[in-house]
Amino acid sequence: MPVLAQADLRLDANPLDYILLVIYFAVVLGIGVMARRSVSTSLDFLLSGRSLPAWVTGLAFISANLGAIELLGMAANGAQYGLPTVHYYWIGAIPAMVFLGLVMMPFYYGSKVRSVPEFLRRRFGTGAHLVNALSFALAQVLIAGVNLYALALLLNLLLGWPIPLSIVIAALVVLTYTTLGGLSAAIYNEVLQFFVIVAALLPLTIVGLHKVGGWNGLVDKLTAKGAGEELGAWPATELTGIANPVLSVIGIVFGLGFVLSFGYWTTNFAEVQRALSAKSMSAARRTPIIGAFPKALIPFIIIIPGMIAAVVIPQVQALNEGGDSGGITYNETLPLLIRELLPNGMLGIAITGLLASFMAGVAANVSSFNTVFTYDLWQDYVKKDRPDEYYLRVGRLATIGGTIIAIGTAFIASGYGNIMDYIQALFSFFNAPLFATFILGMFWKRMSAAAGWIGLVAGTLGAVAVFVMADPKLLGVLDLPGQGASFVGASVAFVLDIVVSVVVTMFTKPVPEKQLGGLVYSLTPKADRTHSTTGDDAGWYRSPALLGGGVLVLTTALYIIFG
Amino acid sequence: MAGKSHRAGLFDLRLIIAVLFGIYGVVLTIVGFGFTSDEDLAKADGLNINLWSGLGMLVLAAFFGVWTFTKPLIVPDEVSAEEEPAGGAH
Repeated sequence: MPVLAQADLRLDANPLDYILLVIYFAVVLGIGVMARRSVSTSLDFLLSGRSLPAWVTGLAFISANLGAIELLGMAANGAQYGLPTVHYYWIGAIPAMVFLGLVMMPFYYGSKVRSVPEFLRRRFGTGAHLVNALSFALAQVLIAGVNLYALALLLNLLLGWPIPLSIVIAALVVLTYTTLGGLSAAIYNEVLQFFVIVAALLPLTIVGLHKVGGWNGLVDKLTAKGAGEELGAWPATELTGIANPVLSVIGIVFGLGFVLSFGYWTTNFAEVQRALSAKSMSAARRTPIIGAFPKALIPFIIIIPGMIAAVVIPQVQALNEGGDSGGITYNETLPLLIRELLPNGMLGIAITGLLASFMAGVAANVSSFNTVFTYDLWQDYVKKDRPDEYYLRVGRLATIGGTIIAIGTAFIASGYGNIMDYIQALFSFFNAPLFATFILGMFWKRMSAAAGWIGLVAGTLGAVAVFVMADPKLLGVLDLPGQGASFVGASVAFVLDIVVSVVVTMFTKPVPEKQLGGLVYSLTPKADRTHSTTGDDAGWYRSPALLGGGVLVLTTALYIIFG
Repeated sequence: MAGKSHRAGLFDLRLIIAVLFGIYGVVLTIVGFGFTSDEDLAKADGLNINLWSGLGMLVLAAFFGVWTFTKPLIVPDEVSAEEEPAGGAH
């Protein structure tokens, strides 16, 4: 096996690889141009006119989360921690996605809100709405910036493109198709990206497994290296950084599986927006559940390549053993493996897949940012009651503005070693308390408007406090080296939000019941919560409950096999 | 693109997927068949990965192509006819 030059990750892409890449870009821009013809109102632009079939929104639902950072970060976790990384996909996503489809979607879709913050406005009024709309818009541009920066680094590393040029080209492509075609273009490209990523990673996994002698060969080689924890999902003490195995499992089940995961999947508008663009209540409920099936299976082509890299790539092996890796970090695991194993041709597909996943990530951030900005900030607080063409134009301008801010934000990300930690920190600030507020608000009609926003603020501050106490560069008084800090931060935020909301509700007056129809469980007639089962929604295989049960069984089976 | 009702044809996502992977599949299959060096083979541990991936992509393209033509997408005359006027959620 040739030893790679130190820190030199350049892929020898040839014209064939570039042609495959250019074909993809042409199709992506073509989708933008074609989607433009179907955009005539702001709802078309920002919510696809609520017209998409469930398989499209379902694949877009997970694709929006399958950004380049997610890919590189999870392959990195696979190399560093091994099999415990599956928690991010299984317990950390599947139950929440099923819960969103079965329990929460009837309120989201049934109330005809156009965004997650809009639900908060109707349930709790201005306070909670402003807190959420502003924090969401801020988080989305920050994360879009992180995505941009990651892509630029990657292009620079792999193809030798200068960083500023990479940022501009990539941002222009995303900007072009999202400004032209709006959410439809973003969603279509997300579905396309999903298939390209699978087309890139599946062959990579097959070649990798072939090289190490199959799954058993991989297990043998990792065992020979002295890896114990990496071969079973539990108790994942290295992943959490919590030494006690029992506490570590609690951290994963409650912190990741319940608070972080439910907070992210059920209230993050970049995700929920995909379901809101579905063509019927049934399709909306099926969206996250259909997405859950590929979500349960995709770790096999992301995490296993990471684990393979820990055996076949000398630098990653050195990282595992604490030796000299020549400037390589875990985040370069996936590109290193691609370089090592894929010949020209498949190399082009793999580069395309990485670029596609980056662009889909940024497009998801930008296309949810522009909706919240247009409907929840501009229309609600700045210019009310203008004709719809006005808001369509605001939506397009917000897309441009958001992308420009994201470019500026790209540099905030540069101070952190492990990009995932940074993203997780952001999520735990804003998302963890949200789920508490939503679930209380949907099922407890007494909860008051003031409790809505005070609970959110208290929860967010709690998460920030844990982050500051655990970060060694800040206070560093809590000793949580792995990803445990974000689990604990999210849990603190969740509990604080519940406690504060309940206490504040006791001292404030409730929202009048007649305003809460369609928003609160006990005040919504059953007919409004159920979906039609005729026409395109007919058939047992389109039952959300059945599909949801199916994916939970699948996930449980996977845990039993790989536990 | 067959004779179906309205302008769904080109903008049917299934057709776009079929076309993209059709092109990728053909290119990779040809490269795998005719232009694979021993060095390429050695890199992928002896597997002709371009050929196999190309064939896999052709199967995917065929699946979406068949689906597109057996269940064509019908676009209703008025766009979003069932929607309430946009912006009216107050």
